Amino acid sequence: MNSTEPITSPPKPEHTFRSLSGVYAREWVVKTLLAVCSVLSIFVTLAIIYVLFFEASRFFEADEVTFYDFITGTKWNPLIGADKHFGVWALVSGTLWVSLVAMIVALPLGLITAIYLSEYAHPNVRAVLKPTLEILAGIPTVVYGFFALTIITPGLQLLHGGFQTFNVTGAGIAVGILCLPIVSSLVEDALRAVPRSLREGAYGLGATKFEVSTKVVVPAALSGIISAFLLAISRAIGETMIVALAAGTRPHLTIDPREDTQTMTGWMVQMALGDVSNFDLSYLSMYAVAAVLFVITLLLTFAGNLVRTRFREEYQ
Amino acid sequence: MQQTKKPSPKRSMAVATPTKNPAPSVSSMISISDFCAWYSDFQALHNLNLEIPEKRVTAFIGPSGCGKSTLLKWVNRMNDEIPGARAEGSISLPDREILASSTDVVALRRRIGIVFQKPNPFPKTIYDNIAFGPRLHFSGLTKSDLDDLVKWSLQKAALWNEVKDRLHKSALGLSGGQQQRLCIARAIAIGPEILLMDEPCSALDPASTAKIEDLIFELRQQYTIVIVTHNMQQASRCSDRTAFFYEGKIIEEGATEDVFTRPKEKQTEDYVSGKFG
Repeated sequence: MNSTEPITSPPKPEHTFRSLSGVYAREWVVKTLLAVCSVLSIFVTLAIIYVLFFEASRFFEADEVTFYDFITGTKWNPLIGADKHFGVWALVSGTLWVSLVAMIVALPLGLITAIYLSEYAHPNVRAVLKPTLEILAGIPTVVYGFFALTIITPGLQLLHGGFQTFNVTGAGIAVGILCLPIVSSLVEDALRAVPRSLREGAYGLGATKFEVSTKVVVPAALSGIISAFLLAISRAIGETMIVALAAGTRPHLTIDPREDTQTMTGWMVQMALGDVSNFDLSYLSMYAVAAVLFVITLLLTFAGNLVRTRFREEYQ
Repeated sequence: MQQTKKPSPKRSMAVATPTKNPAPSVSSMISISDFCAWYSDFQALHNLNLEIPEKRVTAFIGPSGCGKSTLLKWVNRMNDEIPGARAEGSISLPDREILASSTDVVALRRRIGIVFQKPNPFPKTIYDNIAFGPRLHFSGLTKSDLDDLVKWSLQKAALWNEVKDRLHKSALGLSGGQQQRLCIARAIAIGPEILLMDEPCSALDPASTAKIEDLIFELRQQYTIVIVTHNMQQASRCSDRTAFFYEGKIIEEGATEDVFTRPKEKQTEDYVSGKFG
C-alpha cells in the first residue's frame, strides 16, 4: 500500500470551452455553400427555360408564322422554296411514331424482364442478368443509331420489302432497346419494394408464383411501374442521336411506319449542325420546337409525380 | 356475436362444410413424428413428436428462437420459399404426408390457412382481399355467391358490422386489429380445415387482442387451430392443448390446464411462471 492520497473526485484537466462564435461561423459557411449549390442548379434550369421561350417568341414575331399555324399545322417546309410552312405536327407525329414503336418494344419486355428478375430468377442468374442489362444503358446512343441503320433496318427489309432505308420502325426499335434497361431496372426496384409479407400472404392462400406476381406484387407496385413507364416515354421522346441517324430527315405527317420521318429532336440536330444563318427563321424555329418538346416532357414528369403520390400505397 | 350462417353457394368444387357442433371426438388432425428441421447448417428443431387434435386450439409456447414458428411454417410448407431450409421426419394429415415432395403445396395451402404475425392485407379493397382466395380456387362462382361468401367470412371473423359500409374501400385504411381480423376472414374464405396463426396478436393493442382471442375460441368449433404465442395468458385463455418448446425441442405437451397448473417439467414450470423467457 503506497497510495496515500485517497481518491475524492475525478481529475480535473485544465481546459477552456471552444469558441462558439467560431462554431456558428462554420455552420453558416456550410449552410450558405449548400444553398448556393442548389440555387445554382435551379438558376441554370430557369436560364435554359428563359432562353428557350425568349428565342421561341422571336420566332413567332416573324411575319411568316403565326402561333396558331405552328400549333395546328401539319406541314413542315421551312427550307426550300418560297412557300414555307411551319406546322409542328409534322415533327410531333414523327416523335410520337418513333416513341410508340419504342414503347411497344420496351414496356412489355421491360415489365416481363423485371418480373422475372424480381420474382423468379435465382440470385446467381440475377447477378449475371442485371449487370448485362445495365451495359445496354451504357452503350452510346450513336452506336444504337448505327445499329438501327445497318442491322435492324436491313433485317426489317428482309422480312418486308416496303421498309425504306430510313424508317420509323427501325429507329423506334433501337430507341426501345435503349429504354429497356430503364424500364426493367426501375420496375424491378418497384417490385422488390413490395413487402415480403404480401407475397407470403398470397402464398399462404394457395396462390402459385405466377398468381402471386401478377395478382399481388404487380398491382401493389403499380404506381412505381407507371412512373417508370412515364420516365421511359420521356426518354424516348427526347432521344436524339438514334432518330437523327436512322429515322430520316423528311418531316411529314404519315401513318406508315415503314416510311422515313423526322422527329422534333431530329430537326433540332439538323438546325444546330447545319449551315443556316443564325437569325434565319428556320434556325429560330429550332427554339419553338424545343419549347414544344420541353412542354411535352414537363407534362409527362408532372403526370409521373401525380401517379406516384396519388396511387402510392402506404405500408406500415 | 352476430349469428353467422354459411351460405350454400352452388360451387362446382367441394369445400369442407363446417358443422355448427363439432363432434366430441378428438381424433388427430396433424401427426408430427421424428421431425427435424434445419436452416442451412443450423438445426432449429430436434426430433419432435406431437399430435394436434382436430377442432381444438393447440398453442405453441416458448421463448424467442425456440422453433415454434419454424414448425408452424413447415405445416403448410411456407418454408419452401426460404433458401437453405430443409426438414426430415414426418408431418402428416390423416390422408397425406405434408413433407412428401409429391404433395401439391397449392392444394395443401387451400386446406391449411395461415395468419401471420403482422397483419398483411393486400393493397386492395376489403372485398377484394376476401375474394382473393375464392377467385383463385373456386370455379363457377357467381357475383352473388362471392358476395355471400365475403359477407359470411367477415361475419365469421367478427368484422362485418365494422366494414359492411366500406367493403369497396382500401383495406389499408383499417386499424391493425381490424386488418388482422380481415386476414383471418381472408384465410377462412376458402374453407380450410386447419388455421395456423403465428403470433396473431403480437402487433395489436389489448382490446383488439381480446377480440381476436374470442374469435379463436369461436372458430375452433369448425377449424383445427394452431397458434404460436409469446403471451402465456393468451395460451391459457384460448387453447385446449399447449406444447412448450425450448431450444428446438418440445419439453412438455398436454392439456393446457395441466401444462399451466401442474407442469411435469421444471423448465415448463419456470417458463409459465415467468422465471425466464
